[in-house]
Amino acid sequence: MRTVCVVGASLAGLLTARALRAQGYAGRLVVIGEERHRPYDRPPLSKDFLRGALGEADLALEGEGEQLEAEWRLGVAATGLDAAARRIELSDGGTLTADGVVIATGAAARRLPGTEGMAGVHTLRTLDDARALRADLLRARRLVVIGGGFVGAEVAATARELGLDVTLVEAGQAPMAAALGPDMAAPIAALHERRGVRLLCGTQVAEVTGGDRVDGVRLADGTLLPADVVVVGIGATPTIAWLAESGLDLGDGVLCDEGGATSAPGIVAVGDCAAWYDPALGRHHRVEHWTGARMRAVVAARTLLSGGIERPEPPRPAYFWSDQYDVKIQFIGHPHEADSVSVEAGDPAEGSFLAVYRREGLPVAVLGVNQVRLFTRWRRQLETAPVQAG
Amino acid sequence: MIPACPLASLPRGEAIRLDVDPPIAVFHTEDGEFFAIDDTCTHQDASLADGWLEGCEVECPLHASRFDLRTGEVDAPPAKRPVRTHQVVVEDDVVYVVPSEAPPNLPPGVALKGQA
Repeated sequence: MRTVCVVGASLAGLLTARALRAQGYAGRLVVIGEERHRPYDRPPLSKDFLRGALGEADLALEGEGEQLEAEWRLGVAATGLDAAARRIELSDGGTLTADGVVIATGAAARRLPGTEGMAGVHTLRTLDDARALRADLLRARRLVVIGGGFVGAEVAATARELGLDVTLVEAGQAPMAAALGPDMAAPIAALHERRGVRLLCGTQVAEVTGGDRVDGVRLADGTLLPADVVVVGIGATPTIAWLAESGLDLGDGVLCDEGGATSAPGIVAVGDCAAWYDPALGRHHRVEHWTGARMRAVVAARTLLSGGIERPEPPRPAYFWSDQYDVKIQFIGHPHEADSVSVEAGDPAEGSFLAVYRREGLPVAVLGVNQVRLFTRWRRQLETAPVQAG
Repeated sequence: MIPACPLASLPRGEAIRLDVDPPIAVFHTEDGEFFAIDDTCTHQDASLADGWLEGCEVECPLHASRFDLRTGEVDAPPAKRPVRTHQVVVEDDVVYVVPSEAPPNLPPGVALKGQA
């Protein structure tokens, strides 16, 4: 292999490029990134960066003086791929042909139809998004957050710390319920209410109101919530539109085997855009967590360099974290496989506890809330004895 | 030298945190070796003594960067800078730490108490 092109210059792309070098690849390495920024870490964008505790330099993912010996093409998007020829079309009109291609184009924030171009309505995915949102929050008094997933819950917490009046509108039972399951989402909801967030759950949004600039959110029951700023946190969709004519098998993401190989030779996909086959779940599965990208980058590099001959170990269960206020939330496993969940340490009412999710008596997932040490022990147990999910 | 703990109170596979400034983590590996490093991850305020000890490496309990206990070097982001290492001495069934005189690599937003 003489030329490898990594399409995507965020966590998954950078780590795969790094893994290729670490595994001995010495040929030409081209990294294409749609954003003009060097690779940066996204999790702090809704937390310490938004709060102002971290600056842009703190987000850099590359080490000081790190030499990847790569050609960086930043501010250039890939607009098309011919998978059979491994030829990539670029937004600047150029093309690039490679012996190996790593697809790591990530995901894009889902938008609320009808809010395009309305000032004061934000999604949060990129550094530029975070800069714009922070500037707006510092001038605002009332924030409405639509969606109580990771982004919504973390932005609500950060905005409270910045002193804003915050309302969070969630269509489901509670914020974080999709990730934690409904039982354990309840103490997280209570945490937000204790910190002064007005929670409206089981509530649908009818429209975002305003002219050039947003002035409120109207709920399905007609209630109008006045707002200076609105954050829309309703999930992300994989960035695969540019692959529509590529010949690759696509579904909810680029479909890959359990080693990251796509349906075309010499092409792997990794990170939020990739749906790897998960043998434990028996289906393709897109993992949008930071740790998923980190674990899979090494595997994808090995698959590419070995031509798919080296088979990966079974995947470890997904681990993620979220920081909200001064609370560290850590989670590992598959909550929806569980038939029971019980608190085994601490007390949800006091904001520090550990809960174990079981299926037929066997642990399948663990939640830690300000229980870092104990959670690590449980995580180790689950990772070293892989979860057999239904 | 700072006395850390009696040898008997730090079994293999365990770690303790010394509440000095900045805090120090002392590890007793499964192979029976002792190591000491600054307890605070160089990425964010997390206690490495709470981390996952495997061989001569500890994985940060929050974001999974791994530090080599022998050198302090880190394997992958989010942490980018090595953690400071200290010397460990075991004498008369007591574990001691000889603190490094190098400057610590504390994460953004974490200062020495004397400078907080």
